[in-house]
This record gives sequence, structure tokens and C-alpha cells, in this order.
Amino acid sequence: MSTEGLSHHISSRYNEDLERLRTSVLEMGGLVERQLTQAVGGISEPDARVIVRVAQEELQVNQLERSIDEDCSRILATRGPTASDLRLIITILKTITDLERIGDEGEKVAAIAARLAMRERPGNRYRELRNLGDLVIGMVHDTMDAFARFDTELALQVLRRDRTVDEEYEGIHRQTITFMMEDPRSIRRALDVMWVVRSLERIGDHAKNICEYLIYLVLGKDVRHTKIEEIEKELHPIKA
Amino acid sequence: MEPRVRKNPGSGDQSGFPPATDIDTGIIPIRASGRGMLQVAVDEARRSQAVKAPVKARVEVLDFYYGEFKALKGLSLEVREKQVTALIGPSGCGKTTFLRCFNRMHDLVPGSHYDGSITLLPENLNLVAQDIDPIEVRMRIGMVFQKPNPFPKSIFENVAYGLRLRGMRSQIRIQEEVEKALRGAALWDEVKDRLGSSGLSLSGGQQQRLCIARALAPNPEILLFDEPTSALDPIATARIEELIAALREQVTVLIVTHNMQQAARVSDYTAFMYLGELIEFDETSKIFTNPSQKATEDYITGRYG
Repeated sequence: MSTEGLSHHISSRYNEDLERLRTSVLEMGGLVERQLTQAVGGISEPDARVIVRVAQEELQVNQLERSIDEDCSRILATRGPTASDLRLIITILKTITDLERIGDEGEKVAAIAARLAMRERPGNRYRELRNLGDLVIGMVHDTMDAFARFDTELALQVLRRDRTVDEEYEGIHRQTITFMMEDPRSIRRALDVMWVVRSLERIGDHAKNICEYLIYLVLGKDVRHTKIEEIEKELHPIKA
Repeated sequence: MEPRVRKNPGSGDQSGFPPATDIDTGIIPIRASGRGMLQVAVDEARRSQAVKAPVKARVEVLDFYYGEFKALKGLSLEVREKQVTALIGPSGCGKTTFLRCFNRMHDLVPGSHYDGSITLLPENLNLVAQDIDPIEVRMRIGMVFQKPNPFPKSIFENVAYGLRLRGMRSQIRIQEEVEKALRGAALWDEVKDRLGSSGLSLSGGQQQRLCIARALAPNPEILLFDEPTSALDPIATARIEELIAALREQVTVLIVTHNMQQAARVSDYTAFMYLGELIEFDETSKIFTNPSQKATEDYITGRYG
């Protein structure tokens, strides 16, 4: 299916409903991505206003989640959507839950970033946190991009990146533990670092979830709880 | 803080087993997924689900002509025993024509003829063969129509009619069978005290259930429903749908319906027809969530026109 496929119902109001729904999800994704970018930026460039802005956007995100939820319920009740329309509604309902959680995690990152800013910072200004943050922001960005164009190839690419995120996570984890063993005075900071890493890793997982829903939406294939190699085989039966 | 990222042995492990706990830190790496007992059980459950019911009727390259006009074009599908198969498609696509082939309702239409076969299993009887008596076919394959059409007789006689036609004489047997059929059609409790009143005195939904009881009485192997609820209100419709679901225990059901949600609710298999051809035939859950043909998708999502 393609995005133009949305707009050929006999009922033009149905078309408009679905189109509006999709636009709202993209809007919500955009908000969440901006929130996240600000939060991650706050780690290396401390700015007291970041946390306020992120919290304000969080309110908007929550509101969007509610209204999209309501629209989906209404369409389910009145239109009885089937096939690709049904998959679209199901996908959207699940996607906004993950988006909202990304927003929550972003808020946590912003709050910890503000706390880290008040303490002495290491010489590399948390370079590895920033790297992981950029990686994850990229995943969220490409996820929404894939959603906008119903692009399963891009979604697959995002899925592949989740493994890198997990590796980075474990790397930083070990490193942090080493620091804590070497110098107990660093424990407070190390724990904060760990919270941020944990949140970023969770965000990666949420982005991955959304990509899986998207593959379900476009191809009708449920690829959750499947190894990436198997998903690739499923999507590219000839190449594999 | 020097970045001293060590290569981590936990990730990228392709052995399928959860990586062992790291001795230094006591931490189990995040990617600790494995194919354990649970996965084995899930695979097992999937396999057993895939076992299908035996075939009750096999339709092979069935053509049907009204004179020169070819109304059905090379239909082939398998009707599974004690399952509900729904036929959907826009008006004029041939679903009712197809349904009527099963009990030879076209025989009286001048100039009509069948090609191909509808084989009733297990005895391999071709229902549309010239030398098969349509009366015998109709004994084994009952039909319920769009508009309730009880005979202008008592409720009891409506149901007993088919039994007497079959040569049943014992009044006691007939009474037993009538009660069984009325119970089967979920009508018994409503009419048991007035079996002598006219069938036409019932409400529309009750009349339709009376017709189902009448069709059930001779113990058919297949029941054909031609839009059985299009003349009924939502409550009577829900009752009939309940009934169709219950009938699955004893009889194979074929149903033509214009109500897509009804097909989705009551059937196990769905056939989508268009202009006399079978476009797609698959499990209902597949058709309504992820059809493989674009024409099916367009029809069930309301994009035709």
C-alpha cells in the first residue's frame, strides 16, 4: 500500500478523517523529536530553560495522544475499518503510545541533564552520551520519516540500528562501573549517566516498535519478536 | 573521563542462548533473548492451528450460463465441512447465482446450463450433473432466502412438511424432529405453546428462524443462506448470526451477504467475487485484515466506485 491509497474511499469524509489522523501522528512525532533533541543537547550545553521547554512540549504531546486516541475510537465505532484501513488505525493506536513514552523518556533525560549541569563535568563533556543520543535521535527521526512515506526499507534500516544502540549501552554501562570502582566519589554522577543511557536505550526500543508496526501496516506482516536477520529474509526473500 | 569502550562479548552472540552473566558486574546484557521452551510451545500451537477441516464440497471450473450470458466464469474453491463460508461482492457479481447452483435452483430457467462440477464429498456426487435428480440434491442441501417465506400453514406444519415429504409417517417421530429443528433454530421457547398458530403470525425475525427450522428438519448436509438478514432489524439479525455460529456444529454453511461486517463476524472462509469471477478465497481473518488482491481490498474498505 502507499500513502495515496488512503484517499480513494467512496466517502470523502472518511478520506479526510484518515488523512487528518495521519497528519496528527506526524505532528506528534515532530514534537517528540524536538523534545528529544533539546534534552540531549542539554547534556553537553547546559541550559536551565531546556527543562521548562521540554516539559511544556510534553503537555502538547499528551494532548495530541488523547485526541488521536479519540479519533481512532470514533473511526472504529462508525466506519468499521477493514484491511489496510484497519491496519492503519491499529498501527496509529500503538504508535502514539510509543511516541508518548519517548516523550516521557526525553523529559527524564532533560531533567537529569539539568542536574548534571550543576556538577563538575568530565573533560570530554559526556561525548559518549552525546553519541548515543545522536544515534537515537536519528532513529526517531527516520522512524517518523518512514511513517510519513510508508517506507519499509527505511524502517528496516532503523531496526538494524537498534543493535548498535544496545552495544553502546552495554559499553557505557561497563565503563561507568569501572569509574565507580575506581573512585567512589563519582558514583552520584555515574548513576545519573546510567539513567540517561537507560532512557536513551528505551527510546531506541520504542522507535524500533514503531518501525515494526509500520511494516505490519504496509506489508501486513507481523515482525515483532523476530530476529532482524529473519525479518530481512521475510522482506527480501530473493536476496537472502 | 577517558572513553574506554571495551568490545562487549554479550551482544552479537548468534548461538541462540542467553549470554552468561558478566562475572565482573553481575549484569545480564540487554539482548538476552533465546529460543527457549516457550518458543517451542508457541511453534507447536501454530502448527496445530494450521490443520484444516475436511472438504465437504469441491467446486471445479464451474461455469454457468443464462442462455448466452455467462454468469459464472470458471469458479474453483473448496467448501470445508462444518465451517461457514461467506460469499461477498458487489451486486450482479454472481454470488447468488453461485449459491443457487448448489441446490439446482436454476434448473427451471430456460436456456440455462452448467459446465464444470460441484462435487459433494465424501461420496463424490456431482451436484450439477444432468443425471442427478434435483429433488435428491435439495433433500441434502437446504436453503434459506432473503425474505422469510413460511408456508401459509401452522408453525408445526411448516417444519413437519419436509419430513412428511421424505416419507416420515410416525407422528411421534415427526413431533420429535420438529422440536429438535425448532430448538436448533433457537425458536422453540418462543413458539412451543402455540405450534398450531399460523407461521405468518410470527414476527419477521421469528419467521426467518422458522424458515431455518424448516430447512434444518430434514437434516441437510449443507445449508445455503441468501442474505438471510437483509430484511431484519439489528436484534433479529444478531439472533440469526448467533444461530449461524451455532449451526456450524452440525452443518456446513454457505452464506451470501451484502453486509461486510456480517461476513467478517460469522464466517470462517470468505470468497470475494466480481463480474462472475472468483477474485480471492481465503480465511476470513486474512481477507479482512490483509487481503492479497487489490480488488478485494478496494471492495471491503469501501473504495469501489
